[in-house]
Formats: sequence, structure tokens, C-alpha cells
Amino acid sequence: MIAATEKGSDAGTLTRPEVEDFLYAEAELLDEWRLPEWLDLFTDDATYQIPPTDIPADASPDNNLFYIADDRYRLGERVKRLMKRTAHAEYPHSKTRHQVSNVRILSQDDGQVEVACNFSTYRTKDDFSNIFFGKLLYGLEVSDGKIRIRSKRVVLDTNGLRNQGRISIIL
Amino acid sequence: MKPNGNDPLVMIDNDRHLFKVSRNNFTDPDVFAKERERIFSTCWLYLGHESELKKPGDFVTRVVGGRSILFNKDRQGNIRALFNSCPHRGSQVCRERKGNAKSFQCFYHGWVFGQDGALRNQPGEESYGHDFKNDPDSNMRQVPRLESYRGLYFLCYDPEAIPLVDYLGNAKEYLDVIFDQSVDGMEVIGGTQEYAMNANWKLLVENSIDGYHATSTHATYLDYLKSMEGGLTNVALSGVGKDLGNGHGVIEYSAPWGRPAGQWVSLWGDEGKKEIDALNARNEKLYGKEKADRIAYKNRNLLIFPNLIINDIMSLTIRTFFPQSPNLLHVNAWAAGPQEESAAARKFRLSNFLEFLGPGGFATPDDVEALEHCQLGYRNSQEVRWNDISKGMGLEQPAMDDEEQMRAFWREWSRRLTGPEQIRGERT
Ligand code: FES
Ligand SMILES: [Fe+2]
Repeated sequence: MIAATEKGSDAGTLTRPEVEDFLYAEAELLDEWRLPEWLDLFTDDATYQIPPTDIPADASPDNNLFYIADDRYRLGERVKRLMKRTAHAEYPHSKTRHQVSNVRILSQDDGQVEVACNFSTYRTKDDFSNIFFGKLLYGLEVSDGKIRIRSKRVVLDTNGLRNQGRISIIL
Repeated sequence: MKPNGNDPLVMIDNDRHLFKVSRNNFTDPDVFAKERERIFSTCWLYLGHESELKKPGDFVTRVVGGRSILFNKDRQGNIRALFNSCPHRGSQVCRERKGNAKSFQCFYHGWVFGQDGALRNQPGEESYGHDFKNDPDSNMRQVPRLESYRGLYFLCYDPEAIPLVDYLGNAKEYLDVIFDQSVDGMEVIGGTQEYAMNANWKLLVENSIDGYHATSTHATYLDYLKSMEGGLTNVALSGVGKDLGNGHGVIEYSAPWGRPAGQWVSLWGDEGKKEIDALNARNEKLYGKEKADRIAYKNRNLLIFPNLIINDIMSLTIRTFFPQSPNLLHVNAWAAGPQEESAAARKFRLSNFLEFLGPGGFATPDDVEALEHCQLGYRNSQEVRWNDISKGMGLEQPAMDDEEQMRAFWREWSRRLTGPEQIRGERT
């Protein structure tokens, strides 16, 4: 387990710098394509969601068509897929740069920490580069001195994906 | 000099079972301009589904065939399509993507239009001639033709076009099989997938009805299905590909994946089985066994010429796309399902959709990669000139992994671009 998930201060509560360190480490794993390690940051019941941009940001994937609505199983399969040469959309791997900023702790209660931040992620594949940007909403869980992700929701600020085309990387 | 200036666009050799399409068709700005004139200005184009306009006053703005359109429902429940351009000086009148409105005001000089597009009032009315408002040119303009079939609204910019039902022709029966899955009516489910590809739009036409590429392009998706407990039946992938006339084409086939329309997989559990069994029993009562089985167990990838795809596969998707330039297309895709569907079935439907389809799915991104690399390959089209679409050409009944349904598209495309003489000219 990477150092950033080790939790230093009082059990069950996080400071903003601790959250920031954690998010920076997550970004680094993604940029280095260390996806199996990235997956280890998630709890067994975790979700990873990207809603479309023409419905309210808090809509449910049970009755709305999302871009991505993974439970932990499908997230694991997504990682498995992306690590294969036959995941053509990401072979050879894109170069990415994940940036997080404006980190806020929205609430924390009993080891459950709700976090919001802004993000921009740059991607280059072949001769094309583009940017994804918006807000990330995290549900973090602190237990046994470790931080894990229980939910990650990517709220895009674009109208659809006209410039980015697809979301074949992890945001 | 243009690479293949004098070459035919499509070359057919029936004796040798060869069907070749010029790669110039995917890159040439002249071809692109002709498509706008002869296809996107004369064919029936999908605009939207009636379920997107539930209440009076609901509206959606959308770009269709390069035109900016306001699709709305008025107080009386009439559905309209207006050109979203102010008659005064041309500004887009409605600047929201969707909503509900009693009237539309152009913000530039403040003209106000009714739900029917008629000019209601304008600032400084007294400075205009007394019958200014009676002049039809003072109103927002309606599209020349708007017609619907099974809740699908199509528009056409050619006032002389044949009626929609005639245009749909043999494709109608396939639409019936798909839309008869519901007794209360199909609805488009919330959320639009809006994405793009650096590829010519015709590549996506071919790809959407291509039963040949799955094993290699979608290897990871197939791995995923295989590894998933209860995700597949042992039904084999097999079926036919057809030219439906008027440029429409279809593949209809059985496949191992679960279908919320009637093919149960054990992943959906006993509750799911009860529901699917009840659905199939209902359909059998309504339509007889043969049709009920077809609804339940047959998949359909249907192309309505030129750019509407309705895929009734592990989920139901409506997908339309428009070229922005020879090498860029924009896609809008929706999921649809029966209004009466249970919450659990709806969840399976959407989950199935996302596994395979869309810009974040396990399959579509690989399609996009393939199409973009075709487009990049066409940089060589001066030297390497022809695409091959010959698979299954000599067969009495081409299979779902042959290319007859694509030839259907290309025959009509070529007829519209060059006129009937030249397609008959075939390689002579
Ligand atoms: S352009 Fe619309 S009011 Fe002038
Ligand atoms: Fe595909």
C-alpha cells in the first residue's frame, strides 16, 4: 500500500492536507498507469460514476443513462481491460496529467469523509491532445489508519464530449 | 489535383463478387458538400422522440443536418420543429438545451415568439408597417416536413420528399418489432451521450451494422462477458444481413448476451426470470409465438438511411450522428425502454448498455479507435484507393457477419450522389 493512504492524525478524521496528499498520490498512480494499485484505493463496495452533462449532477444511474456507472466489480474489470494490449482505445497508452485543486472537506463523520475538488485532466493519444475538466466528488472512508475511496463521481463541465470524443482513460 | 477525381465513387463487379468504395469518399470536401446537398437536405433525418417532450411547452434544441432546430410541444399538444433563427436578424432565438417555455424571446432586439413560432410582439411595434405581423416572414420558420413513426420524429428539409412511411419502407416492419416490445409506449431514458470521433460519418454507419469486427475489435468486451458469472447464455452468434431498400439495412441474429427484451441470463436472478417470463408470455398472447420469440431472442442492428441507428441488442439504443467536416462527426445516443418496465429491469437495461456502449463503455471506445485509424489511413488514399465491402456478396443469404447491409447503404448513397446512370455503370 502506498504511503499516502497511511493516515497520520487522529483516527477517523482527516485534515485537508492529508486529503490533498491522498488525491495527489491517486493522480500519480493514474498518470503512471499503475491501475491495479489505483484500484486498491477503493473499498469493496465502491462506485465510480460519470453522469452525462444534460441532466442534473445528482441524477441516479438506475434511471438515467450515464457515461460510466461502475460498481466495484466493473471497476475492477475496467482496470483489467485497460491493462491489456487489446484495449485498443488505450493502446499504446495515452499520456495523461491529472490535476486536482480547490480541495474542500464537505463533512466528516465517523470515518466517512465527503470531499469535493476541481479537476482538469489532460490526455494525449496519437497526434491529439484534449482536456477533461469539472468537479470531483469523493466519499472517503478512514479505517485502520488507511484512507479508501468509497465513491468517486466525476461531474464534467463540458457539454458532452465533443472535444474529447470518449472517456477511455480513468478520470 | 484531387486524388481520384475521375474514379467512380463505388465500383461493383457482380461477376467477381467485388464491391469497392473509393477512400476519397471519406476525405474529399467536394463529396462532403454534395452530401449536404443531396443527402442531408433531402433525406428524412431523425430529430427526436415524442417522450422527450412530455408536457406542453417542453422544448429541446438540437443540430440536425447542420441546421439549428427547436423541437417543441405547444399548449394544444402539437409537436413542432422550428428553425431556431430569428426572422429579424438571425440570432438563435432559444439558447437553452432543453426546458419548458410558453414563449421564446430573442434577446438581441427582444422579439417574442409563440410556441408555434409566430411573432407575438416586438419592441417599438409602432415603427413597423401595420400588417408587419401578418407577414409570414416575421415568424420563426417551421421545417418544411415533420412526420413521425412509432414515436420517432423525423424532419426533412425537402418539401417535395416522399412521405416518411414510404421512405422507411421495409424498415418499418423492423421498427414495429422493436417498438412492439412495449404496450404503454417506449420512452427515451434521461441522459444523452454526446460524443465525437475524428472520422468520416460513413465509417460509423458501417461500424454500427458490422457483425464482422467483434472478435478482434471487442476482444476485451468478450473476455469480460466470459469471465462474468451468469452473464451469458450458450446461444450462438448467428443470423442474417439484409438490404431493406432505400439505403436501409439490418442484421438480425441470435447472441449469447442477456436481452431485457426477453432473453434472461442467470445474473438477473429468479426475480428477473419471473419478470422476463411474464414479458414473453404477454408478447406471445399479443403477437403469437413466432413474433414473440423474435422480439425476445433476436438482436437487431438497424440502419435507417442515412444516419439513424437503432440497435436492439443487450439494450436498446437510438443513435444519430452528423458530419462536421469530412473527418469529424458528432454523435448523440440515447437509451430507450418500455414505459411500463420495472425499476429492476430498467437497471439491468442501463447496466447492459454501459458495459458495451457509449464513450465510456468496454466496446465503443475501441470502435472509435478503429474508425479514427481508418481515417488516418486514408491519408494514403491517393495510392491505396479502395475500401473492400465484398464479404458475402455471392451468397444467396448473406450472414450477419457479411457486409450486405453496408452495401445497401453504399448503393443508395452512391445513387443519391451520382444519379442512377452511374451506379448502373458498375465497372464498365
Ligand atoms: S435578431 Fe432577434 S430580435 Fe433582432
Ligand atoms: Fe463495435
